[in-house]
Amino acid sequence: MHLPLLTILTFLPAAGALLIALTRATPEAGDRSARWIALWCSVATLAIALLMWARFVPGQPGFQFEERADWVPGFGISYHVGLDGISLLFVVLSTFLVPVSIVAAWNSIENRARDYMIAVLLLESTLIGLFGALDFVLFYVFYEATLIPGSLLIGIWGGPKRVYASIRFFLFTFGGSLFMLLSLLAMWHTAGTTDIPVLMRTHFAPAAQGWMFLGLVLAFGVKLPLFPLHTWLPDAYAEAPAPATALLSGVLAKAGAYGFIRFAIPMLPDAAARYAPWMIGLGIVAVIYAAIVALAQTDMKRLIAYSSFSHMGLVLVGLFTLNAPGVDGALFQMLSHGIIIAALFLSIAMLSSRTGDRSISGVSGVAARMPAFATLGMLFFMANIGLPGTGSFVGELLVMIGAIHLGFWVALLSGSAMILGAAYMLVLYGRVMFGSVRSLAGGLRDLSPQEMAVLVPLAVITLWMGIYPSSFTRVFDPAVTGLVAGHRQAVAAAASPAAPTVLEAAR
Amino acid sequence: MITVASLFSVAVFAPLLGALVTGLLGRVIGDPISRIVSVGLMVVSAGCAVAALWFGLAASAQAVAVPVSTWVQAGGFHAAWTLRFDTLSASMVTMVSCVSMLIHLYSVGYMSHEKNPVHRFFAYLSLFTFAMLMLVTSDNLIQLFFGWEGVGLASYLLIGYWYDRPSAVAAAIKAFIVNRIADLFFMVGIALLFLLFGTVSYDNIFATVPEHVGASYRLFGTSFPAFEVIGVLLFIGAMGKSAQLFFHTWLPDAMEGPTPVSALIHAATMVTAGVFLLARMSPLMEFAPVAKGLVVVIGASTCFFAATVGLVQPDIKRTIAYSTCSQLGYMFVAAGFGFYQGAMFHLTTHAFFKALLFLSAGSVIHALHDEQDMFRMGGLARKLPVTCAVMWIGSLALGAIPPFAGWWSKDAIIDGAWMAGGGLGGFAWTLCTAVAFLTALYSWRLLFLVFHGRPRVPELHDHAHESGPVILLPLLVLAVGAAFGGWLLRPWYIGEHQAAFWNGSIFNAPDNHVLATLEHTQGLIALVPTILSFLGVAVAFVCYMLKPEIPAQLARSMRPLYLFLLNKWYFDELYDRLFVRPYRALARLLWHVGDETVIDGVPRGLARLTVGGSSGIVRIQTGSIAVYAFTMLIGLVVLLSTFLLVR
Repeated sequence: MHLPLLTILTFLPAAGALLIALTRATPEAGDRSARWIALWCSVATLAIALLMWARFVPGQPGFQFEERADWVPGFGISYHVGLDGISLLFVVLSTFLVPVSIVAAWNSIENRARDYMIAVLLLESTLIGLFGALDFVLFYVFYEATLIPGSLLIGIWGGPKRVYASIRFFLFTFGGSLFMLLSLLAMWHTAGTTDIPVLMRTHFAPAAQGWMFLGLVLAFGVKLPLFPLHTWLPDAYAEAPAPATALLSGVLAKAGAYGFIRFAIPMLPDAAARYAPWMIGLGIVAVIYAAIVALAQTDMKRLIAYSSFSHMGLVLVGLFTLNAPGVDGALFQMLSHGIIIAALFLSIAMLSSRTGDRSISGVSGVAARMPAFATLGMLFFMANIGLPGTGSFVGELLVMIGAIHLGFWVALLSGSAMILGAAYMLVLYGRVMFGSVRSLAGGLRDLSPQEMAVLVPLAVITLWMGIYPSSFTRVFDPAVTGLVAGHRQAVAAAASPAAPTVLEAAR
Repeated sequence: MITVASLFSVAVFAPLLGALVTGLLGRVIGDPISRIVSVGLMVVSAGCAVAALWFGLAASAQAVAVPVSTWVQAGGFHAAWTLRFDTLSASMVTMVSCVSMLIHLYSVGYMSHEKNPVHRFFAYLSLFTFAMLMLVTSDNLIQLFFGWEGVGLASYLLIGYWYDRPSAVAAAIKAFIVNRIADLFFMVGIALLFLLFGTVSYDNIFATVPEHVGASYRLFGTSFPAFEVIGVLLFIGAMGKSAQLFFHTWLPDAMEGPTPVSALIHAATMVTAGVFLLARMSPLMEFAPVAKGLVVVIGASTCFFAATVGLVQPDIKRTIAYSTCSQLGYMFVAAGFGFYQGAMFHLTTHAFFKALLFLSAGSVIHALHDEQDMFRMGGLARKLPVTCAVMWIGSLALGAIPPFAGWWSKDAIIDGAWMAGGGLGGFAWTLCTAVAFLTALYSWRLLFLVFHGRPRVPELHDHAHESGPVILLPLLVLAVGAAFGGWLLRPWYIGEHQAAFWNGSIFNAPDNHVLATLEHTQGLIALVPTILSFLGVAVAFVCYMLKPEIPAQLARSMRPLYLFLLNKWYFDELYDRLFVRPYRALARLLWHVGDETVIDGVPRGLARLTVGGSSGIVRIQTGSIAVYAFTMLIGLVVLLSTFLLVR
């Protein structure tokens, strides 16, 4: 019997959330059982995701685990889901980070843990849903739905400025999404359907492509974030509780980049090619600007937030090189960055929960008191700098290989994160971990087993991605090669005058 | 060949095992076992390296690739984990593992007085060794870059080992970032190489070099030969690692680390990586004459610059550090003239005598309880007889006094520069010869200040004691190398057996005749450097033994020059004004003005316009998660339905 695995995967966390909501108990008992239900539910989800990874056939063109059901047939909208090599690993990333985040939140979220777990599980469902969606409307619904648990996580369990941060996060993303909706409607108007595989084969008129592209850039650019649409980011990342920040920066930010690779590039090839230099320019600005601003930060979490922004700039550069190594590098960078940035936010939280202070000048000499923490921290810091042997090096290397095809300066400037990143990360590490032990750091305990259980898997994966990245590239490389080749053909076809200009849908 | 391959793999991976065991389990197994494990594994590594080199030479096989695993494989880009065995890599592996083994052993004694557990130190040392071995055994540029960055990480950790000292942390960060600047160019160079050749593996690159000789690359609106651009970019990478002029500032500061670190980083291994890179890429560099010219100019300038600075430093370790910088300049001069064999020869002899000098300096510092100022030493020869003797041997080798090791290698390089001729040859020969004098002068200045004359600070002198056997044994072994290494190795590295020894692992262009003409250097010209070395010793004797007031007078009468040299030509101050401070100011400016005012201001202004509306929203904030979620869902559904129905 053929199991609808992807649908099960998508709604299993939501079912868990429902189960938690239905459980009636005293607040304490309810919180405890909510934690266990959430953990088991997310672990089961991870197991299914890993099973799908194992059963995935990398070389096979098109989508796998496809399911389709009519939704609004008159308008060409259907419940259509499926995975290719690109989306599969994002699903795996989401399902992996959620249990990590749940364990990290085990003790740190004391207030209304039950509601927290519901929100996290709902977020997981929406994330899997958006990566698995093969219908633009379905994608849009999931994409918008991430906002609900996302902004609740910031707004309820966040820091002192949580409501402000949450509303800004919501408004920015929501505002951006409206432009996506416009693009969606325009595409639907032309193609008569919102099915993604069909849209990918549809040729839109070059002029229309420009407007649709702009809409998508505004939508996904906010999420990524794209310079200068990033103003919500430092507040949101800094105010959200660390386990939630790990999910926001680790996975949710990737939804923006995923949008580019799923919609903007394959569906609007001419516009993507036309505006690629601008996108790369914005990416480089983000890389350099965020890295410079990060150095001036006084709050550890904000520093890491800017670092995340800087790295997403590199992803943008990689995507819009529009060649195989560049796009491969961007994808790999997204995956490894998801792991590393989550690890960094969680590490910082472990430290600041001990000292009660997030400022960089507030603590020093931690390495002497917390050697295990310092060792793992060093690994994640070095990974964030892109040291060979860690995942982000592979991503940065491939992006640079892609960028050199476009020119010397693109490669040199986008690579400047190598230097600027080292500057702010090492200064942070030097101030906090090194130096003489100050009174505040005097009574620090090293990591608890539970905290080790959070960080060690992340560390292992960071090294795994750096030493044997083929386990991951094998999965998405064929899809990326296909995508890039398809893009090149489409651009070439549009350039030749004989090509049909408006419509060549698969109708 | 299977034995060679497996011996070679063991030599490379044994230090990794040592690093992992001592680093991760150090606290569990305790310090004594950690020490035994790491030293033991280094002995294994060195033994295997020697055996592999021996068998490899006996079999006289050309390059052997030992595949380990795939690595990066995406989008048409391939790089694998592979160990490459040829004479160039095997000789480096042997040198690195042997010197590193001695330094591990020495560290057991040197770090015995530390209050905190030292397993971390041994883990870093072994990690460093592993990274260096990966660098020299790489079969492609990406794996080389892995080792390249790995030694960078390990040196960062080692320099900052005493992390409660702010100066050590600052020096560690500086070393890493200065190296990273150079590495960016290196990385772009590798990418460019891939663009041109479509591969990063050595064999594939070298095989297709002739096809690409005429290729050009556009930069700054002009067309350059592609090989020149790549050559210059790779050399910038080498400049960073090898602390050549403009990138040298990290090296003296790196003296903040424990002394064995200085020996390991500044003598045998890390700083020579740049020279190794040029030798490794010789099949390509040979076709980039302009880049090679740049190598000569930078090498000779560094050689001279560092020697002048070394002349006036009061700190014993900094003096030797500048001397390292200067000697690396010699190696680059040789490489720039296509005399890679000579560069490798000097690299090897230098590894022995410079490790010896650093470790002896460590023995002195150890004896004087962490005193490093040479002007507070003196007359230690009687207190530290063995250290004094081996340091003399090291200085004789460094000062190129025949028949010690440095004489063989350094004179060959200077002769090579002369025979290369032309303006460049004349420039390099003049500077290198002058530096021969300076080298002897600062070496004997050090010897006389530390070991001879009267003790300047009696209480320090009285408590001084000779180090234990664990420290002295490595010194004696290295002293043997410093004394006889040049004479023993010369026939193989640059003499009659060199072609059979290198066996194709180093490439000389058909029109490159440096090696052949070396023997024809005119007798008097060949003697000049040696005469100047002796003269340097004599001047040092006069200035620091007979008439100690001369240097002080000179310093007074030529105060600006003295300060200029003492402050290392003001490079640090210049960089601070030019880069560090403006960068920090820019960071604050962009944050406060760029991000907080402008980019944040626009949405804030919009928000202010709608503030009336939002105050109403505040009233319906109930705090119930269900109400929020429900409201949003309803909004979503209404929005969607509207768009779908009103088509």
